[in-house]
Amino acid sequence: MNLRKIILKELLERRKQFLTSFIAILLGIIVIVAVKSVSNSSEKAIAIQLDNLGANILVLPQTTTIDNYFAADINAPEMPEEYVERIASSSIKGVDNMSPKLSARMNIGEHSFVLTGILPKNELASKPIWQTSGFADPGLQAACDPNNIMNTSRGYEDPKLQRKVIDSLGEYDCITGSDVASKLNLKEGSPLEIKGTELKVASILPQTGTVDDGRIFIHLRTAQKILGKKGVINAIEIMGCCSAISEGLLGNLRNILPDTKITTINHIVQTQVKTNNTMAKFSVIFLIIIILVGGISIGNYMWSNVEERKKEIGSMLAMGASPQNIYYIFIGKALILGVVGGVAGYLLGTLAGMILGPQIADVKVLPVPLLFVWAVLIAVGVSVIASYFPARKAAKMDPALILQEI
Amino acid sequence: MIKIENLSKKYNSKGNSVVALNEVSLSIKKGEFISIVGPSGSGKTTLLLCMGGLIHPSVGKVNIDGASIYDLDIKERAAFRLRNLGFVFQTFNLIPYLTALENVQIPLSLAGNNNGNQTERATELLETLGLGDRLNHKPRELSIGQQQRVAIARALANNPKIIMADEPTGNLDPNTTNETVTYLNLLNQTGITVVMVTHNPGVAERAQRTLRLVDGRVL
Repeated sequence: MNLRKIILKELLERRKQFLTSFIAILLGIIVIVAVKSVSNSSEKAIAIQLDNLGANILVLPQTTTIDNYFAADINAPEMPEEYVERIASSSIKGVDNMSPKLSARMNIGEHSFVLTGILPKNELASKPIWQTSGFADPGLQAACDPNNIMNTSRGYEDPKLQRKVIDSLGEYDCITGSDVASKLNLKEGSPLEIKGTELKVASILPQTGTVDDGRIFIHLRTAQKILGKKGVINAIEIMGCCSAISEGLLGNLRNILPDTKITTINHIVQTQVKTNNTMAKFSVIFLIIIILVGGISIGNYMWSNVEERKKEIGSMLAMGASPQNIYYIFIGKALILGVVGGVAGYLLGTLAGMILGPQIADVKVLPVPLLFVWAVLIAVGVSVIASYFPARKAAKMDPALILQEI
Repeated sequence: MIKIENLSKKYNSKGNSVVALNEVSLSIKKGEFISIVGPSGSGKTTLLLCMGGLIHPSVGKVNIDGASIYDLDIKERAAFRLRNLGFVFQTFNLIPYLTALENVQIPLSLAGNNNGNQTERATELLETLGLGDRLNHKPRELSIGQQQRVAIARALANNPKIIMADEPTGNLDPNTTNETVTYLNLLNQTGITVVMVTHNPGVAERAQRTLRLVDGRVL
């Protein structure tokens, strides 16, 4: 026999009374965990979708417009290639991949195309749509968080894939968009001469419906030679982790590249931030509800419990229990209530999230281990704080009022 | 063994001051069996609880074996009760959700005994009091007399020097009353000091000495 056994035996004996408070705390934790699980998975799903769009940040020379970039204006301003190294060597977090580009519009025969010099590994990794071209392994995917279990591939971190990409685009290889291939009647392996430089078509991209259909991609070094623009580029496409974007990645990039223009796929990021904020507000509301409803319910239960156990408290004091022992009995009970409520709330809340997530947010919800810690901490915190005053009253009870029986 | 000097206790209730004990002084020798009698509200239980270190008197001192128990802090006084005193109440005050064995184990647990020692000692006491076949019964499964014997076993758990019994026979029929007082007499014969509050003159007569309390004073 010890005080812990006394607490447990009392809980089991009066389990019906205990159940009401337990349900109050349990429901609160279930709702919080379910909302947080769904919002967490939703954030990750949006992050993956955003990443799969390819680059989501553009670094352009200060005087360039977005139109210059997409039109590959021959007069588009340039910036030093050294900027790529500046980003790579910085401690900025959230840059998943970079693709420096040098583009220029040029005519081949009667047709006008955009010649784009790229560093192939990076370019391919940030353009998942290219994976279906057969040029890269179909499993190649980029993701905000490579460890994300929702993403089945390690993406461009896979050395085998990286080698394949680098090996495939040699110095005189080129990849053409579908329009280029059809207009110039090109096939894989066809020769292509650009300004006196002989190239070989390594791959033809499937139709994308974008400006990429009219592009000829060649190695950045070759493009710089052909265009006579050594050591310069006119854009860096960055695939930034979406959460990092909302946490100030753009500002950090501007700090190290002050004479550039940095833009993002703003509306997507804003939508995600808005969704996250809405979910966060819901979580706060539920947190307040659980503190109020759960706390009041537990406090009320504890006050009744102390009243009901007056004689027991008196007997314990007479037997030699100290007020601290009495305090421990009630706070220990609150701890058990909190721990059991937190653990059960986490399990049921996660289950609820997994069932409801696909229906209400169209996302697959997976357990979030960190929420387990929060669920238990919140439940224990609410339970212990609500029980503090009843426990203190029990510990300070006057035996004279309890034990006088005549 | 127990020396009470000028003990007074006042309660304040709704602005009124009620004197429960009024300058009580008395001495109880080691090994005595004392009964305290008096009408309802005369301060008998207050005196017993003051003696037991459970109610701080308004004025006066309680010395037990030379220790002024109200000069001890709350924790020390609780430890003092644990080592030296055993209480028996009119309504037994057994913990309803624990078995007879577990009820007797509580003071042993508070004294720091391990589970094996607790079980051994509690079983021995309950068997001595004829409850060997009721170890795992909860209070509601025991008769009134059996419950009182569990309460006595619990009071004896830590080998107290003094047993303080507050109307131990108040809820018992004549046979069980006789049985309970006989137990108290037997305990007293082993050297334990017994202080018993009672309404019953027949029970009071079985003590070695009777103290009469009226309006908070010892006559």
